[in-house]
Amino acid sequence: MTPHAYTPTSPPLPETADELRARIPGWGADLDPADRPAVPRLQLDPGRSGAHWEVPDQQPERWPRERSIEHAMLTPVFGTSCPPKGVSGLIRRQAYARFSEARAAHWLLLVAADRVDTVGSTLGSWVTRRPENPLVGTGIRTELSHHGWSSRVGRDRADVGHHLLDPVVVAGPWLVGGTAVVALARAARRRRRSS
Amino acid sequence: MRAMVYRGPYRVRVEEKDRPRIEHPNDAIVRVTLAAICGSDLHLYHGLMPDTRVGMTFGHEFIGVVDEVGPSVQNLSVGDRVMVPFNVYCGTCWFCARGLYSNCHNVNPNATAVGGIYGYSNTCGGYDGGQAEFVRVPFADVGPSRIPDWMGDEDAVLLTDALATGYFGAQLGDISEGDVVVVFGAGPVGLYAARSAWLMGAGRVIVIDHLEDRLEKARTFAHAETMNFTQHADIVVQMKRTTDFLGADVAIDAVGAEADGNLLQHVSSAKLKLQGGSPIALNWAIDSVRKGGTVSVMGAYGPLFSAVKFGDAMNKGLTIRTNQCPVKRQWPRLFEHVRNGYLKPSDIVTHRIPLEHIAEGYHIFSAKLDGCIKPLITVDAA
Repeated sequence: MTPHAYTPTSPPLPETADELRARIPGWGADLDPADRPAVPRLQLDPGRSGAHWEVPDQQPERWPRERSIEHAMLTPVFGTSCPPKGVSGLIRRQAYARFSEARAAHWLLLVAADRVDTVGSTLGSWVTRRPENPLVGTGIRTELSHHGWSSRVGRDRADVGHHLLDPVVVAGPWLVGGTAVVALARAARRRRRSS
Repeated sequence: MRAMVYRGPYRVRVEEKDRPRIEHPNDAIVRVTLAAICGSDLHLYHGLMPDTRVGMTFGHEFIGVVDEVGPSVQNLSVGDRVMVPFNVYCGTCWFCARGLYSNCHNVNPNATAVGGIYGYSNTCGGYDGGQAEFVRVPFADVGPSRIPDWMGDEDAVLLTDALATGYFGAQLGDISEGDVVVVFGAGPVGLYAARSAWLMGAGRVIVIDHLEDRLEKARTFAHAETMNFTQHADIVVQMKRTTDFLGADVAIDAVGAEADGNLLQHVSSAKLKLQGGSPIALNWAIDSVRKGGTVSVMGAYGPLFSAVKFGDAMNKGLTIRTNQCPVKRQWPRLFEHVRNGYLKPSDIVTHRIPLEHIAEGYHIFSAKLDGCIKPLITVDAA
């Protein structure tokens, strides 16, 4: 029968607490909301972490370290992976120096720098002893060794459609970089002919 | 040393890098013995996280052996077998002093909205991660813990993020006895969140995904009911039907930035980077939960804006609770649950891949080949 109105009770549960306790190991072990690790919230307890300092020592700054302008100072500890370099480094430094995290420009510049970094690094790898090999770097060969076809086809997966776009994302730096190299070569040839 | 290195979207490889060095008196250098690829590593791998630089080593889930300690380290010794939380944190700032280790203000100069995370872009502090033979571990006296003798390596590595985050996500839901809990995403964190919801007294746990292998794991590992959203015209309506049109008491978003289910949303965020993340799962969570209910979000999103249905959240009087997990705060209780057999983290591991084959590992996990749910990375520096 179709109900006429909503009622104040929750719908009945399919199993009782005793049935759940019997079926699921540990059911209710953390039943008391006040006795969970995330409780109490925001309670000052400086000794809890085990730190034996009040103010941490400052890590030496081995190169000018970019930082958010929402920070008062360079934090006492920071990562040293991949210092800014080249054109992408200039863009990154501008993003940090000029725009706060609240500004879309900050993040869009960083995303742009990532793409410049990718294109530059891809081009740069071609003059090293270890050039990029997209067949290895993308792991695409596992499509053959790990059932790429049967993992997708006939499985109603929602992600299969946009998998077709992945090669475009991967090939982008090669297309952009290749186009740039061709354009530069043509420009150089034109200059040589005209001089 | 050998290390995984990011080369651009969808491209990684193993390179020879300099061994990390002590940069601060409380640093340690850990020789990695086992690492994992996290679902959130895929956001980096796909180029979705701003300021992910070519040359960075990813990996925020790892365990290892202490190889060197800085002069002020008191709590660890060379040779200790340690597990390292994915959070880098100082232990004494305003946030750490209140247990919010994931929000530490003293470790990430690049951003104030997020703390420090190993191998998770310069936006999260610029720390190289643990998919390598060695890794620098700052504040060694507060982050790492010695692994209990009784705990296996695979369980330990999964406690450094995935299990702790799933368990924390269930806590963010403020679950009461008898609550109906819906979990979006049957990846590792979603599976652990679903399993943890029972510990907190849930009356029903429903897991939603589109990958049948994962839904099967949700049924067997997490003892949950499951729904495949591709088999329903509208998963929100289906959720309403299954709860007498009231909605779930608690909804957990364990998907984050690259959710599927709406091609436009996915492409605009994951492929075109026009949003900080594809909020499909979050919007489904907002619409599936009952009025006055709680939405827990520990799926990771990027820092740009996303098209979230905030009007529905406001009109429904929802409580939305979020955070990166302060991992070490969860450990004492989780150690008990693992020891008591209530949780067996390694049950969801599907692939074990040597570091030298890291590119294959990322592609298998990214493309979800061979029913991949959780890949571990074996590292042998010897």
